Amino acid sequence: MPAPLPVPTRQVEEVTDEAAAAETPWQAVVWNDPVNLMSYVTYVLQKLFGYPEPKATALMLDVHHKGKAAVSSGDKDKIEGDVAKLHAAGLWATMQRA
Amino acid sequence: MNGWKRSGRGAKARLVATMEPQEVVVLRGLIGEVRDMLAARTAETPADELAELTGIRTGSSVPPEDKVLARLLPEFSRDDPALAGALRSLHEPALIEAKEGAAVAVLDTLPDGGGRIELTVEQADAWLAALNDVRLALGTALDIDDDMPDDLPEDDPRTAHLGVYHWLTFVQDALVQSRLQVKF
Repeated sequence: MPAPLPVPTRQVEEVTDEAAAAETPWQAVVWNDPVNLMSYVTYVLQKLFGYPEPKATALMLDVHHKGKAAVSSGDKDKIEGDVAKLHAAGLWATMQRA
Repeated sequence: MNGWKRSGRGAKARLVATMEPQEVVVLRGLIGEVRDMLAARTAETPADELAELTGIRTGSSVPPEDKVLARLLPEFSRDDPALAGALRSLHEPALIEAKEGAAVAVLDTLPDGGGRIELTVEQADAWLAALNDVRLALGTALDIDDDMPDDLPEDDPRTAHLGVYHWLTFVQDALVQSRLQVKF
């Protein structure tokens, strides 16, 4: 079995990395906040994302106890829109690569 | 204000409460202050020729210096300033518009001189967003944190404001509970 040539190998790696970077999902992260009510955060997660009440409550409790929680993931455009909606609801939210 | 009651079901569901005259005055005043702050922010970045041609408004890429406005208009990213600036510029005008719309929905349904408030589910959603904005503004101005006591000493200048803050918390929480009895 011939040893792979260094140059093609590197090219293949570069292509793979770019493709992986483009596909890496993004996350909308909600941060804990001393003002937003637990009941309100649960309501917002149900309303914006259509989550069932148990899932919305679990995410809210993660925000409350761990300081933050990833509440949605997807491609960059989707997450940008999700964060914009969370801001309109008054939640402290940011986006980051998953 | 003794809380909210739900009446009717489905499309006919209404969320009903009664407010005292003084409560209406206080809420109207606070909502007006938030609107004024947001309008001042918009005035900092007037629409330019390009925006008028394309119909695409862009806002400032820099977060507000004022801590209350900065909380109402958060950053999109914590670790990528370029991304945060670009997305702020793109989304901030619509965010301010959404907050303004929610504020106006409350003002339009508040009975002058106090009395009965009857909200559709859509109006209740606008109320919840606007009440949250007012609580964020007041809570940030008062430096509310998780260690804030329920009551401050009587001679503390923040005592009266904290009372209003707790009242808003009650109004919002009660409305969330009633709203959750109606399907999304």
